[in-house]
Amino acid sequence: MTDLFSVSPASAAASASRLDSLALCMLLLTGAVALGVLVLLVVFSVRYRAASHVDRTPSPSSNLTLEISWTVIPLLLFLVLYVWGAIDYVSLYRAPPDAMPVFVVAKQWMWKAEHRNGRREINEVHLPVGRTVRMVMTSQDVIHSFFVPAFRIKQDVLPGRYTSIAFTPDKEGVYHLFCAEFCGTDHAVMEGRVVVMKPADFAGWLAEGGHVPGMAARGHDLFRQYGCSGCHGAGSSVHAPDLTGLLGRRVHLADGRAVTADEPYVRDSILVPAKDVVAGYAPIMPSFAGQIPEEDLLAIIEYIRETGHDQSAERR
Amino acid sequence: MNGTDTVKAPPAPQFATREQQAQAGSFGMWVFIASELLFFGPLLFGYLYVRTHFPDAVAQASRHTEYVLGTVNTAILLTSSYAMALAGAAMRASRRRRAAWLLLATALLGLAFMAIKGWEWHTEFTEHLFPGVGFRPDDAKDAWTLHGMELFFLLYFALTGLHALHLTVGVAATLTIANGVRRQPESAGGPGEEAVELVGLYWHFVDLVWVFLYPLLYLVGRAGG
Amino acid sequence: MTSPQNDASLVDEEEHALRQQAGPMGRSYLAGAFSLRSWLTTRDHKRIAVLYGVSITLFFFLGGIAAALIRLELATPQGDLVSSDTYNKLFTAHGIIMVWLFLIPSIPSVLGNFLMPMMIGARDLAFPRLNLASWYLYLAGGAIILWALLAGGVDTGWTFYTPFSTMFSNSHVVAALLGVLVTGFSSILTGLNFIVTTHTMRAPGLGWFRLPLFVWANYATSVILVLATPVLAMTLVLVGIERLFQVGIFDPALGGDPLLFQHLFWFYSHPAVYIMVLPAMGVASEIIPCFARKPVFGYKFMAYAILGIAVIGFLVWGHHMFVSGQSVYAGMVFSLLSFMVAIPSAIKVFNWTATLYKGRITFSAPMLYALGFVGLFTVGGLTGLFLAALALDVHLSDTYFVVAHFHYIMVGGSVMAYLGGIHFWWPKVTGRMYSEAWGRLAALVIFAGFNLTFFPQYLLGYAGMPRRYHSYPPEFQTLHVLSSAGAVTLAIGYLMPLGYLAWSLWFGKRAPANPWDATGLEWQTASPPPEHNFDHPPTVVRGPYAYTPDAP
Repeated sequence: MTDLFSVSPASAAASASRLDSLALCMLLLTGAVALGVLVLLVVFSVRYRAASHVDRTPSPSSNLTLEISWTVIPLLLFLVLYVWGAIDYVSLYRAPPDAMPVFVVAKQWMWKAEHRNGRREINEVHLPVGRTVRMVMTSQDVIHSFFVPAFRIKQDVLPGRYTSIAFTPDKEGVYHLFCAEFCGTDHAVMEGRVVVMKPADFAGWLAEGGHVPGMAARGHDLFRQYGCSGCHGAGSSVHAPDLTGLLGRRVHLADGRAVTADEPYVRDSILVPAKDVVAGYAPIMPSFAGQIPEEDLLAIIEYIRETGHDQSAERR
Repeated sequence: MNGTDTVKAPPAPQFATREQQAQAGSFGMWVFIASELLFFGPLLFGYLYVRTHFPDAVAQASRHTEYVLGTVNTAILLTSSYAMALAGAAMRASRRRRAAWLLLATALLGLAFMAIKGWEWHTEFTEHLFPGVGFRPDDAKDAWTLHGMELFFLLYFALTGLHALHLTVGVAATLTIANGVRRQPESAGGPGEEAVELVGLYWHFVDLVWVFLYPLLYLVGRAGG
Repeated sequence: MTSPQNDASLVDEEEHALRQQAGPMGRSYLAGAFSLRSWLTTRDHKRIAVLYGVSITLFFFLGGIAAALIRLELATPQGDLVSSDTYNKLFTAHGIIMVWLFLIPSIPSVLGNFLMPMMIGARDLAFPRLNLASWYLYLAGGAIILWALLAGGVDTGWTFYTPFSTMFSNSHVVAALLGVLVTGFSSILTGLNFIVTTHTMRAPGLGWFRLPLFVWANYATSVILVLATPVLAMTLVLVGIERLFQVGIFDPALGGDPLLFQHLFWFYSHPAVYIMVLPAMGVASEIIPCFARKPVFGYKFMAYAILGIAVIGFLVWGHHMFVSGQSVYAGMVFSLLSFMVAIPSAIKVFNWTATLYKGRITFSAPMLYALGFVGLFTVGGLTGLFLAALALDVHLSDTYFVVAHFHYIMVGGSVMAYLGGIHFWWPKVTGRMYSEAWGRLAALVIFAGFNLTFFPQYLLGYAGMPRRYHSYPPEFQTLHVLSSAGAVTLAIGYLMPLGYLAWSLWFGKRAPANPWDATGLEWQTASPPPEHNFDHPPTVVRGPYAYTPDAP
């Protein structure tokens, strides 16, 4: 964790060291400009103070070359930092396909996390070192924000939709998790811990959770319980889209658009089915808005994701 | 009287000449109208958003509007602008009595518009089309369409409400200036042609806003039956 | 054309003479009528400026008390001074009061109202009654906001993010929204008045490129006021509608979109920060040439930079939303534009610095404030680049780094410039000189206190300390204690002018028409000016800032 006078918090992810380098470059560039201005202000103030006897022969009160140089040169230097910042930013949202998803549901005023294998935690997130993680997050009420200073990552967590951010922890330890979007009375104490462990320890920790069903298995039960299999199951007489391998597939909609089915798409299809009707199907699916809690939705989505994979490879 | 009144009042103390005063007044009204566009702007932006995201719901909701009354109102407002323009011409020809009558006619047409609009709102309210917990159109098929229709009606009431607010101010201003034109000659500090022109500018702006609102709110989903 | 210097023995006689005579340009605007009624029904832009000055000072100290309580609470890691709900109400009150009831009206409605007509050689603004109406609207809005705060407070933050403000907050949100809405109309009327006045009432010979930069700055600010404030008004109305009627505009539970609120809100609120800083730049551009005895460097670039800031400022609002869930591509566009908007500001900083070169500089209180402004605005502006860089903003957003950034600009920048302007034009407005010694001391105390308060907050933010936290992990305490100590110093610094400026009203030396030997039309008339400013409209034959450093 941070000590008393240290500015940088612990740097515990690949993104963190990159960000610190960018920050250092930005500091050097802005520092140079600030120092330049401040030094000139002081030097001119001293040298040209009223009582001093120095050369004051009139100088021109405008100079096009000077104006353009001190505009264009800093601009080009800063644009380099813009590009660097943009590249690093984009990488936070382009998770590799084998990134490990961790599901978070935020509410006033706690963090609820769930791993693929069904192990849940409150106000803590355990992660393995060296493995890229993709947070899939939503809120039950107001906007929160998932902030881990040690990883230099932050992502607002919104009600009604999923937001996502990817990073790779690279140092074991325990780090602060803060809520960074004002969310009411106990915003300041909506604090948690991120625990980064060796992969073997993490695997052990996951298994310790008792014999709870994995998210996909739970989702399979919910899929039946909520009646989804009645229309979308194999033997159904209702003409409903096949959900096998849906996640990541390109879907053609009735209004002519084609979208890639991701978690938000599946969630919307369950809660607001009239919004994106699949081409060739009648809009007869009922809405489940208000009936399925967020954790159950995530589990159902995990189940649907796994229908596209070999089941055993995903057991963790 | 109907006499020509060519004695012009001196400019207000902050202005050097009457021309400067007229120029400032006119420019001021244009700046004000620019800011008004930014009031209607976010609502129209919201309309654009709703119409692109809920095209069918918007069409369906628009069919609930009283388009006969809306069309009559459009005709009323256009006529009122004509009357206002004639009033401006009358002032320039120094025919104050004629101008006063035309201004009165403009205001009365504006009041007629408000009365009809009020009747429309009343109808829509009794049909449960006012957004909120009581929103219940008789033909909403599913939650998604219902939501789109509710957003349409939110914008409908917000836009027509904001327009009516502006029209009310316009009617009040028109009646006030009609009274001044009728009773006070310009030499005694009564309104002159510049003042009538300013009120006219405002009135035409309010009319123009309606000319945009009418097709956006009433005519969606009605073309082609 | 300066009146003879007085010493104390002549004070009574001088005052008697001033009251009796109608001097060459009539009696001063202060001496015209003394009743409260004459003040409350005035159409004189100078009196309206004074009315605004008194009102915003009251609100400044109210907002300051909220800040003091916040810094007191944050001196210890635990939330032990006030409850968390109270703390949330305190920072909301601080934000709402300081943004809408202090910063936005400060320079335009006080200094701008007083000086704009005089700087262009006019007798008043174009619409004096609208000007008075704007003050009453400001008071009405302020009263409503004050009621909301005293009746139990508002806890949404000055940013009113949904769905918390529409569906979850149990505080006086609608009243606060209404108060801000009413205050917004005050801004629009002021802006409209300034735009029309600048376009149509300039004295003969006063072309656009002979205008003082203070006029340019307030003109550009007025354009933003007129175009951006209505969008805020409509946004607040929609928030109120959702809260009162439960229509799903911004709340996802009812089918709405919380990001729609953020786009609408920041579309106004980013230009709003330029409303707060452009007039400050205008003040600096008046003070620095005067006390360096040199024309401002690069006048045309300075004027165009003002316009550039105003225009580009409308295009960068999304940089408040980089981590909000908005599209990555939108983020990239807004980031690039945010880097662009720094350019005209940088041009201005370099030009102020260059103005000092080969000047003949005296360090009066206004000059200390103006130089402080340039330095602190530079630091604040450069830290904005950290936030404009996308990846950096992911870490720094919603932390104390942002708090430090905007306080460097708004307090280190705008408030310093406002105080500099108050001191610079104090002789003109009141007809009295303040104590230079106290003025300089206060400027230095404020500068020191400001840096001690806010520089540690950059470090806190980078270390991960989030905003709007009423308690925090103990490792952040040292920096918080430094910051709170700075706040005490800053508070003392702000109280000092209250003391010596008030003292000067009764006991200060009488001011001549042009105590600083400044250029500008406002200095060509008496201190304080007569009611109609000028007997005959002056004719302008040369550009502004005709200073020469070699003159004795």
